[in-house]
Amino acid sequence: MINPFIGAILFVILAPLLGGLVAGIDRKVTAHMQGRVGPPVLQPFYDILKLFEKESVVVRPEINFYIFCYLVFLVITGAIFYAGEDILLVIFALTLAHVFLVIAAFASSSPYAHVGAERELLMMMAVEPMLILAAAGMYMTTGSFFVSDIIDHQSMGGGLLVLSIPLLFIGIVYILTIKLRKSPFDISTSHHAHQELVKGLTTEFAGPTLGMYEIAHLYETVFLLGFVWLFFAGAPLLGIVVVAVVYFLEILIDNTNTRAKWQFALRSAWLVALVTGIINLGALVVL
Amino acid sequence: MELLLFLILFPALMGFVFLVFPNNKARDVMVALAALVIIAATVIFFLQNYGAGTVIYEIEPGAVSTAMMAIEVVLALGVLYLAAKYRQWIVGALVVVGTGVALYAETLFTGPEHLNNLFVDEFTLIMAMIIGVIGSLICIFATGYMRDYHGHHKEIADKRKGFFFLLFVFLSAMFGVVFSNNMFWLFFFWEITTLCSFLLIGYAWDEEAQKNAFWALLLNLLGGLGFGATFLYLAFIDPSGDLVMLDSLIAAGPAIAMIPAALIGFAGLAKAAQMPFSSWLLGAMIAPTPVSALLHSSTMVKAGVYVIVRFAPIYDASFVGFLIALVGGFTFLLASGIAISQSNAKRVLAWSTIANLGLIVTCAGIGNAAAVWAAILLIVFHAIAKSLLFLCTGTVEHRIGSRDIEDMGGLISILPKVTIMMIIGIAGMFLAPFGMLISKWAALRAFLDTPYGIVAVILIAFGSAVTLFFWTKWMGKLLQVAWKPEPKREGEVSAAELYSLTTLSAGVIAICLGFPLLSSIVVEPFLEGIYGIGASLGDQNIAIMLMMMVVVFILPLSLIFFRRNPKMIPHYVGGRTETGDMHFAGSMGMQRKVLLSNYYFEGIFGEAKLGKAGNILCTLFIVAIGIVLATGVIA
Repeated sequence: MINPFIGAILFVILAPLLGGLVAGIDRKVTAHMQGRVGPPVLQPFYDILKLFEKESVVVRPEINFYIFCYLVFLVITGAIFYAGEDILLVIFALTLAHVFLVIAAFASSSPYAHVGAERELLMMMAVEPMLILAAAGMYMTTGSFFVSDIIDHQSMGGGLLVLSIPLLFIGIVYILTIKLRKSPFDISTSHHAHQELVKGLTTEFAGPTLGMYEIAHLYETVFLLGFVWLFFAGAPLLGIVVVAVVYFLEILIDNTNTRAKWQFALRSAWLVALVTGIINLGALVVL
Repeated sequence: MELLLFLILFPALMGFVFLVFPNNKARDVMVALAALVIIAATVIFFLQNYGAGTVIYEIEPGAVSTAMMAIEVVLALGVLYLAAKYRQWIVGALVVVGTGVALYAETLFTGPEHLNNLFVDEFTLIMAMIIGVIGSLICIFATGYMRDYHGHHKEIADKRKGFFFLLFVFLSAMFGVVFSNNMFWLFFFWEITTLCSFLLIGYAWDEEAQKNAFWALLLNLLGGLGFGATFLYLAFIDPSGDLVMLDSLIAAGPAIAMIPAALIGFAGLAKAAQMPFSSWLLGAMIAPTPVSALLHSSTMVKAGVYVIVRFAPIYDASFVGFLIALVGGFTFLLASGIAISQSNAKRVLAWSTIANLGLIVTCAGIGNAAAVWAAILLIVFHAIAKSLLFLCTGTVEHRIGSRDIEDMGGLISILPKVTIMMIIGIAGMFLAPFGMLISKWAALRAFLDTPYGIVAVILIAFGSAVTLFFWTKWMGKLLQVAWKPEPKREGEVSAAELYSLTTLSAGVIAICLGFPLLSSIVVEPFLEGIYGIGASLGDQNIAIMLMMMVVVFILPLSLIFFRRNPKMIPHYVGGRTETGDMHFAGSMGMQRKVLLSNYYFEGIFGEAKLGKAGNILCTLFIVAIGIVLATGVIA
């Protein structure tokens, strides 16, 4: 592994660019699936830049602060991850970031944002067990929680991580749909226009505030794709191919499913975490 | 030595003074002074002893033991009288059996008298700091609170003399519990904490208070039988009385100490309000808030987890330990779930206490060095953050007239200081990079290194996701300010209350920043003394945590920028006209207020459903412990 600081700095600088490209391609592919031409690949960048040219209007001044904290801690989350540090710490930092997002939505005291905030909390509750169990599986396979050690273990003859924790990998792909806010789990806010909740938890964010939120989402996407890649870190190129395939699958699912109820999202995510966790971790203990 | 005796005796002595002192300002000042003296003595005691390892204090047991026996008999008669008067026959029977067995067992030991009756080690020191500092701050808070309390509740007889007497005796008894090496002494102090909590829970002494107080007494006396059984067992295997000393019993190892460890663990589970005993702690919410704060943070339940953590080296890698860990783990998961369904702030706090104690019990049941490290830090973080939260809730209740979280919407604009302190407490309970999360993290790592650990890991993975939900929605409610905030009402909070709250908040922040120091000067030496190895999170991780902490403290500065001439616009309410203070035009020219309430999921996380499941499961685990021991499958 290269110098941890370089990994972190590269993430901070490149993630919005990479994330923006991914989002652009996502929109292009989605458009083709729907028989449209779609916007230019660089459209997400134009969108975000335009948001920062708009006037800053708020329903409460603190909301800007909370969203700023959300952005800062998402950057920190990814930076800790790409610096090769402790994966549990990464998960906790991610939780902290999202708590700020939820608080921002609560603080806007708008009925739509309020429901969005409650739902976002539910979705956080839905994904956290899976993340922690995946980290536990990584530790049991490689003997370390450090991302750098997990990569080294694989590249030094330990075999691909996915081979020892395949079920946990499937579980992570399952909750990825929630984290990327894709249908059927775009429950708290959505990229699509078919939302009945206006814009869910982002209802009251406008202009630069919404811009910060969108940038944070780009950072999060790149972090999450890195998390998926970690399962294949022993074969880096194969890993990138898998990440591309997984993301394509997410787009496909997004375009072929209608939104589910939160009850289903919570129950199914917990069930997946429980089943994959018990079987896969149990197998690691026994074998 | 003198300071140790001072800590045990001084609070009780002051208690007797307050019993006769009239209810007035002078008494409140005296309480505050006595509390400050205890804080100072505890801190000096800590500074004198922290590097010294285990120190045994020799005390001639003769007269002291006789005096304790006499007090025990008098108290037992007192409780018997009350039990007869209120027709609590089971309580009466438990008192007779419990005291009778203890007194009888004491005659069975024939060996020479032992002198090593009191001791201090690093764990004791930490407990003493929690009792001395946090307990005393709660006493100071109580002076202001109880004045308000009787202002609000005219119907309740003013028994504040007895109230402060009990608070200080409680502190004495807790010091006694943690300093005792002789388990007969430990049991004596243990039963006094039970009695104090009984009387404090019943403070209002109306029908409900009586019922809940007797219920708490019943369950704790039942748990106390674990001690009586231990004494009988020890008298049977070694009448010399060596093993009655805590240090020699634990040094004897699992082959000898497993049965006593399980029996005392049973007593600990009852006192720490683990399922199926959790109901007494919920009932205890009837007491004035300082009592709740005291029971939940620095006394009572902490005595329960104290003895369980003491015996952790015996539980280490044993099946009995694993079963105890399961009781704790399921209590953590289910109690956290129940907290989601509660909107009464005190009940949320109570269920979260039960959950966190469950986590501590899980760590102790797993019992390796890293798990005990997590357990001790959990005790510290929980004590300070939970006392702060209870006292904040009490203060808020007297200002807004409700302890329902739904009524705390936008509290940040009405009581900004108290609310910020409340948020510090909440953040300390679950959020990175603050307190409790550090221990949860360490616990996860510790469990993964043990054979059955993944069961505990799965329980914690789900449980901590659940805690995230109920704490965040509470925090969100506090910060949900309407467009035109309500006016501030902070001036009404008494000085004594503000003093305790500020000190505790500063304490939460100090302990979050200073835990590496606490770990290296006290917790790690303690673990090295027992396990031969220390445990920690690793310097790199601690460095990143502290860095995140610094970011958390710097970020609020950005508010200066964001508050500069913001352009405020009204909310979007589906195109209807909105008035700014969250009213919108309804039909027929009506103005409707927007009401926002949180999700509670009574159907999924309801108290009746989850509580029943937990009680059955945990009872089965406890029965399984009995079966395992009875069939001799030890370790």
